[in-house]
Amino acid sequence: MMLPRDYLKETPSQTGGPYVHIGMMPNLFDINGVIPEDLGGDIVLEGVKGERITIKGRIVDGGGNPVFDCVVELWQADANGIYNSPMEHRSGADPKCIGWGRQSADDNGEFAFETIKPGPVPAPGGGLMAPHVTLWIVARGINIGLQTRMYFSDEEAANAKDPILGKARMIGRDGTMIGKRDGDIVTFDIYLQGENETVFLDI
Amino acid sequence: MTDRLVNAPQEAGAFMERDFSQHPPAFTPGYKSSTLRAPKQALISFASTLSEKTGPAFGHNMLGEYDNDLIINYAKAGEEAIGPRIVVHGQLLDQNARPIPNVLLEFWQANAGGRYRHKREGYRAPLDPNFGGFGRTITDENGYYWFRTIKPGPYPWPNGVNDWRPAHIHFSLFGSGFAQRLVSQMYFEGDPLIKICPIVNTISDPAAIDRLVARLDMNNTVPMDLSAYRFDIVLRGRRSTFFENRKEGN
Ligand SMILES: [Fe+3]
Repeated sequence: MMLPRDYLKETPSQTGGPYVHIGMMPNLFDINGVIPEDLGGDIVLEGVKGERITIKGRIVDGGGNPVFDCVVELWQADANGIYNSPMEHRSGADPKCIGWGRQSADDNGEFAFETIKPGPVPAPGGGLMAPHVTLWIVARGINIGLQTRMYFSDEEAANAKDPILGKARMIGRDGTMIGKRDGDIVTFDIYLQGENETVFLDI
Repeated sequence: MTDRLVNAPQEAGAFMERDFSQHPPAFTPGYKSSTLRAPKQALISFASTLSEKTGPAFGHNMLGEYDNDLIINYAKAGEEAIGPRIVVHGQLLDQNARPIPNVLLEFWQANAGGRYRHKREGYRAPLDPNFGGFGRTITDENGYYWFRTIKPGPYPWPNGVNDWRPAHIHFSLFGSGFAQRLVSQMYFEGDPLIKICPIVNTISDPAAIDRLVARLDMNNTVPMDLSAYRFDIVLRGRRSTFFENRKEGN
């Protein structure tokens, strides 16, 4: 027999509030000396394998205003599509690709990540997901952190077969998840609300 | 390959579906900042992939000696922050009640007068020159964490003309996978402002709100030094993977 079992309930989310940087980027916001440097400044280290790129964009609210007081985090695989994580079951991740970064937006709502282009990652049940990075946004007014993915405009063939982009395509919104690549710059604007609202994920 | 169970490294399990009844919805007009920052379209749901099952790891060796001591980590040598001295402690568990070891917790808070050390802060209560308001720690092998701080004061904020936040500490939590990423706030047992706070009340289920309220813990106080509050935290659980059909890599 199976004993009755109550699963615990997840701790509820609350907004990060207007002073989220005190907790996530204290040095950038003038709380110096507690920790030597803010976390998440280096997604990749010198000697990393792969194409160097800068992912940059602007975060905008439903009124067209810049979301100047947010924190954005990025999580990605290395150039071979392997995650540098204890939960990655495959070996061989590039030790120079940490894969995680954290940035603040500026007064114009603009953010930038210096990184490399990730490789494709295995999809559940076989096949590959197109190269992508996961982004997570917290700020005043955001009650639960927003997750999305950015794919790459120079990966049309892989994007066409990607299962997650496929779900967004069915509702005509896959374009909001594609970063536009121009040389080593990939531009990805994020709209929290409105006509161009970015696809956000329940994962 | 067969469908036999093998004693080889298994791909980590997908996360249990998130129960949104336990969380605030995005659009909550009582908390005015949410109105223009709330997505209006439905989220796209899918079973977590490797991109969500994995996440960054942080080692205990990155921590400084006083990262989890807000009473002194910003103070001048020999001085301490002013306010009611407390220790906050608890256990980080997943929904299967399994402790989550080695994960980073970051916390931030106002000083004892309710004032944040931040350039955009507008409350007239004074700064404490010895209080920064930031700390961090990493859970031990049993998922426990603790830190020493002063109890933050309540503060007014521009939402309605006279809204006050209950005393609270903000938390940022990692897990073992990026889908567990969470920020939240911890409140203090007995605070009358909890009931009337527009941010607390973005959560509709009173039982869910109650799980954000730390309990006074008289068995872990330090006499003549620190009072104690216990705050356990639950992150999303994973499904088991015993019988998943693993095509890739076979
Ligand atoms: Fe606060």
